[in-house]
Amino acid sequence: MLAPFLFFLFAVLAVVGALGMLISRSPVGSALWMVMTLFAVACLYLTLNAAFIGVIQVIVYAGAIMVLFLFVIMLLNLEVAPRLGRLNGGKVVAFALGVAVLAQLLVVVALRLDVAPGALATPEAAAEAASAHNLGVALLTEHAFALEVIGVLLLAATIGAVLLAKKRFV
Amino acid sequence: MDLTLNWYLSLSAVLFTIGVLGVLLRRNAIVIFLSIELMLNAVNLTLVAFSQAFGDVTGQILVFFVMSVAAAEAAVGLAIIIAIFRNKVTVNVDEINLFRG
Amino acid sequence: MELPVLLILLPPLIGAVLNGVVGLFAPGYRRNEWLIGGLATAAVALPFAVAVSLFLGFHGEGTGHGAEVVRYFTWLAAGDLSVDFAYRIDQLSLVMALIVTGVGALIHLYSIGYMHGDPGFWRFFAYLNLFIFAMLNLVLAENLVVLFLGWEGVGLCSYLLIGFWYTNLKNSAAANKAFIVNRIGDFAFLLALFIVFAVVTDGREGAFGFDFTTLLASETLALFGAGTTLLVVLLFFVGATGKSAQIPLFVWLPDAMAGPTPVSALIHAATMVTSGLYLLARLSPMVLRAPTAMAVIAVVGALTAVVAATIAITQNDIKKVLAYSTVSQLGFMFMAAGVGAFFVSIFHVMTHAFFKGCLFLGSGSVIHAMHHVEHDLEHRGLIPGHHGSGAHSPHESEATQHPLRHDPLPYDGPFDAQDMRTMGGLRKSMPITAITFLVAALAIAGLPPLAGFFSKDEILFKVFEFGYNDQAWAFLVWGVGIFTALLTAIYMGRCYLLTFEGRPRWPGALDVKPHESPWTMTVPLVVLAFLSAVGGFLGLPAVLGESWIHHWLVEEGAGPVAEPAHELHVSHGMEWGLLGGGAAVAVLGLFLAWVRWGRRGLEADASLRRRLGFLYTLWSNKYFVDEIYDETVVSPVVEGSRRGLAPFDQKGVDGAVNGVARLVRGVAGRLRGLQTGVVQTYALYLVLGVVLVITLMLFV
Repeated sequence: MLAPFLFFLFAVLAVVGALGMLISRSPVGSALWMVMTLFAVACLYLTLNAAFIGVIQVIVYAGAIMVLFLFVIMLLNLEVAPRLGRLNGGKVVAFALGVAVLAQLLVVVALRLDVAPGALATPEAAAEAASAHNLGVALLTEHAFALEVIGVLLLAATIGAVLLAKKRFV
Repeated sequence: MDLTLNWYLSLSAVLFTIGVLGVLLRRNAIVIFLSIELMLNAVNLTLVAFSQAFGDVTGQILVFFVMSVAAAEAAVGLAIIIAIFRNKVTVNVDEINLFRG
Repeated sequence: MELPVLLILLPPLIGAVLNGVVGLFAPGYRRNEWLIGGLATAAVALPFAVAVSLFLGFHGEGTGHGAEVVRYFTWLAAGDLSVDFAYRIDQLSLVMALIVTGVGALIHLYSIGYMHGDPGFWRFFAYLNLFIFAMLNLVLAENLVVLFLGWEGVGLCSYLLIGFWYTNLKNSAAANKAFIVNRIGDFAFLLALFIVFAVVTDGREGAFGFDFTTLLASETLALFGAGTTLLVVLLFFVGATGKSAQIPLFVWLPDAMAGPTPVSALIHAATMVTSGLYLLARLSPMVLRAPTAMAVIAVVGALTAVVAATIAITQNDIKKVLAYSTVSQLGFMFMAAGVGAFFVSIFHVMTHAFFKGCLFLGSGSVIHAMHHVEHDLEHRGLIPGHHGSGAHSPHESEATQHPLRHDPLPYDGPFDAQDMRTMGGLRKSMPITAITFLVAALAIAGLPPLAGFFSKDEILFKVFEFGYNDQAWAFLVWGVGIFTALLTAIYMGRCYLLTFEGRPRWPGALDVKPHESPWTMTVPLVVLAFLSAVGGFLGLPAVLGESWIHHWLVEEGAGPVAEPAHELHVSHGMEWGLLGGGAAVAVLGLFLAWVRWGRRGLEADASLRRRLGFLYTLWSNKYFVDEIYDETVVSPVVEGSRRGLAPFDQKGVDGAVNGVARLVRGVAGRLRGLQTGVVQTYALYLVLGVVLVITLMLFV
């Protein structure tokens, strides 16, 4: 009883936040609505017994990435967007495409493509599997190479971002 | 009713679609970026849902990596926007059309 | 045998390439006339020597009729077609090769003297060597495709050499005419090849390369039905009429006299024009199977002979007389081929090469001398000068006018070194030329015991014999032949007399005299005159002795040239009568010529014109053939092209090509609109693509 209720609550919050981000005319508003969405998604992770990921979501996404966004928005001193523009062909096509994407995704889900390797796990087992300990072990053994690559990627991104945003290259 | 995997997948689909609409319809570059982040989040949600359903931790490892990449991408992308803004004083993508054929 | 054949074929080609390439890129080389001429002559003399040695050593054993076939490599191979570069040494090809290289070498020597001082000297010898190479390919070929290669090659060289002095538009036009008319014949030749290929590959296993060993075997010939054989032979004959200047495709030969005289001698008298006869002789087994075609050949030959002879009587240009004479003599050769006496036509080819070659070279000698006379007269102001400027202006003549009286010329226009009306009495100043010309003229008239008598009489005899064997139409042909022989004697006598006898008729003749030509020109004249005198003994008629050429070519049914089997043989008494009749006709013709032109000179021409009236106009305007062709064929084609084909090419073809370009540009312009430069648009395309792909994956 509790689980579905929680799910719907956070699901609604996430969707409302997303729509708010989509519709908001000011960029700051968009960013803030996005933060709400991110929190909702984090709570959804918790309902899925993925505690570690949920916390990471809050720390990294909501805490770091969104803060970065807000910094940039402030830095650029952007203005509020004007009211909705004229409805032109491009917008209609884009909207239609979006609906098509949704339709396709739902069809795929409904088709219940059985790629499952077996029985579903119990919540306790899932929680056990998703613990920080197991995640760490997996990261450092099975996916050690990917971990290192990610590290290099982050380094490259750091250097790239600094260089791109500098006023002059020398 | 039964809370199965499909609910989470459907929610993920809706979030993804809203992200796609954001990318295609908004003209502000920053908002487009936010929409991209939203899409990534939707995918993360899918991954975690599957991971919980099968008890396999690989899904969450993948989420881990996706988040890292998203962070890196956001940083670099915003740096680009700043650089463009310096030249054209706009973040309206309609006006950034130097590659016009 | 491979090496000797190479030694025959390659030297002319090498000579042509050497003289041509070095002359083209090293202008300094062009002045070494003796080097160029010597090289070119040696390039023909060597093959002649090799051919002589092959001839002497020919035993008549070996494959088939004693022929030896040399295969070099496969040229074309596609499906049922497999053509080799293969050459055949047998009696017929050896005789032709000897004529080509022997007479050819003499004419090369002659040309060294004749073309002296011409800026295109090196080009001339390159073309001449190339011609010899092509002609050798033609006569030595083992299959019809290599023969056709030579056939086309001589046509090309003929074009190059007729239009040798191409800066004069008249010469280029003549060269074009020769080539285009020849092409019509070549088209018929090709059609014949196609039909042959279709029939032979249909009825026979394995690949076919048009080689004579296969084609002329009785099993292969049996594959052709009567109608098909007739068609093929007629098509080959049409090709032959193009090359050998018979009705209806003879019109190019008189115009071809625009080329230098050695060219006229070699190509248009001795060798190229005989290719049609060679073709028929080579294909004689096939021709004999189409009696109707043979009748056509004989009748066309006879008609051509008499028409050309009547025109020759009225011509004033010495080369034109000889040109029409050539057409007429070729008609004789076709008459012989039409009654199955192919070996006699080859015999006449040989003797004709001797005397006609001598006549042309002699006329060249005369023209050479008259050119000097012309220069002399201009220098003295006795005729208006026009050299170097191309047109004579009245002011110029006044400036150089001397108080000497200068007679008006008997014709309109500038002084013509080739016109007999301003010649005369050249025997005194050019004795060697005169005597050799006389011998050759007597030979062609058919005076015994010179060569022309034997070959021409043998032709007429064979025609008569054919008629004797229940082919009554042949008697008509024989009659036409006798009449033409009379005309031949008349016009050749006239030609000699107007040129060499009588009083000189050019202005200032008392002061300006021509001189004999250099030894490079007179030696070939003497050699050819000698051959014209004795060459006939190679083919004695049956009553007089063994005919060597008959034995050589036909070999009692085993030689390469076939002949029909006759049941009825003309009695010896009748044969003597025919011989005597032929000799009498020749003597009568020469006598008539001497009575009229020998005694009265040019005045005889005027009286002839009065006597014949309308006929004379018809003959001197060559039966208006060129005009008729122009009206009926040439003008419609040209107009049709201008009205129909040209707009089609400009608007249709060009329009289509340009239209495609415009279409592409238009489409590209529209597609450009897709690249807005806005990244969001590209994202749109991306999502569109993904949606489409997923739809395909889900529902297909």
